[in-house]
Amino acid sequence: MNEVVHIGGIAPMPPDLQELLGRVARGDRDAFSHVYDAVCGPVLGLVRAVLRDPAQAEEVAQEVLIEVWRGAARFQPSRGSAMTWVLTLAHRRAVDRVRSAQASSDRERKAALLDRTPAFDEVTEEVESRLEREQVRRCLRTLTELQRQSVTLAYYRGLAYREVAELLAVPLGTVKTRLRDGLIRLRDCLGVGA
Amino acid sequence: MSTAELHTLTGAYALHALSAEERAEFERHLEDCAPCAQEVRELTATAARLGLAVNVTPSAALKEQVMRRITTERQDPPKVQQPSPASGARRRGRALPRFVLAACVAAATAFGGVAVWQQQEASDAREEARRSERQSEELASVLAAPDAKVTTGKLADGASGTVVVSRERNKAAFLASGMPEPPSGKVYQLWFDDDGTMRPAGLMDGSALTGPALAVLMEGPVDTADGMGITVEPAGGSERPTGAALALMDFPTA
Repeated sequence: MNEVVHIGGIAPMPPDLQELLGRVARGDRDAFSHVYDAVCGPVLGLVRAVLRDPAQAEEVAQEVLIEVWRGAARFQPSRGSAMTWVLTLAHRRAVDRVRSAQASSDRERKAALLDRTPAFDEVTEEVESRLEREQVRRCLRTLTELQRQSVTLAYYRGLAYREVAELLAVPLGTVKTRLRDGLIRLRDCLGVGA
Repeated sequence: MSTAELHTLTGAYALHALSAEERAEFERHLEDCAPCAQEVRELTATAARLGLAVNVTPSAALKEQVMRRITTERQDPPKVQQPSPASGARRRGRALPRFVLAACVAAATAFGGVAVWQQQEASDAREEARRSERQSEELASVLAAPDAKVTTGKLADGASGTVVVSRERNKAAFLASGMPEPPSGKVYQLWFDDDGTMRPAGLMDGSALTGPALAVLMEGPVDTADGMGITVEPAGGSERPTGAALALMDFPTA
């Protein structure tokens, strides 16, 4: 029996998550329960960071987890780890929700965003995985100010790069390259392979 | 948007910061840009780390709800990520340098020392010898078939590949020269292209790729296949292509 174990909260990727997803794809609810335990914390944290509204966040997180159950057969290990797959789904869903809600309250939202530029600490109040958080925080500090702001606004606030450009009053092309350069620097600092 | 501009969108794409139209345009570009696809994979994994860092502790109630819901949620069947015949496969095929249709089978036999592919890991050497002999005979019969048609194309890294198809014998052979060894733990896998659906047609691993050229009898009948492809797959091969396509070649029709 494969048991997913959290070791002091720093084991975000149990080695057998991929194998568990394979079993989920074949309808194994027991395996799904383990997958749930491994991914739900990060999924909910990420969705909550983007949506800011706890009730909406739970709703979207639930949709994401159901999608993991339904679409497990679509997971392709050659494209990245199981955790990356799940969190990419979660981010996409959260961003879609933000953008659909956005049309109505555009003005308000921009005012609120400018008012509270996302400090990384804001979204990490309830962090369980301290080491992961510390490492990401340390690596974010290696970015230039503009890179860091662009990446965090896009990721943790779900902004499109055009909105980031508007908000920071920089040209579109600059934001595009800052997003890429920022992520590349993070990739190297975190030692992410593919 | 120009190609150079598209290249810089890997970051915005990984962060879901593109509009729907830009996203679609970039995804079309990704099909033809292996380095971009690699960068996207890495930057997507990097973005996921930003997500991991905001881990929270969910309520027990949430799990109860989700576990209850899955008892009534139907799962999607395993779905192959398959380019439609009209778009992906053909377009990628065209993206490769134009294939030159060789005049006759002589082109195929002009490959210097043609090394017949042998399964190196087989335990029974005698059975293996018989097998490779049979394959060798079959290979020769395909190459020499009166109706054999030949297509030659360039693969990645300056290697070239030739496909010989005999509709009469319902078999095809693949000949390559200058193919690099696949990455460790990976193999090359051949596929028949049945109107956009890829059907496994055997494996080649690194040990087969030494020497000036190699010829492989593709496993299985040609049937209605109108082309073939080569991908890099994990050792043992895959049921469906998962790796990047090194080449997609149309079978000659005339």
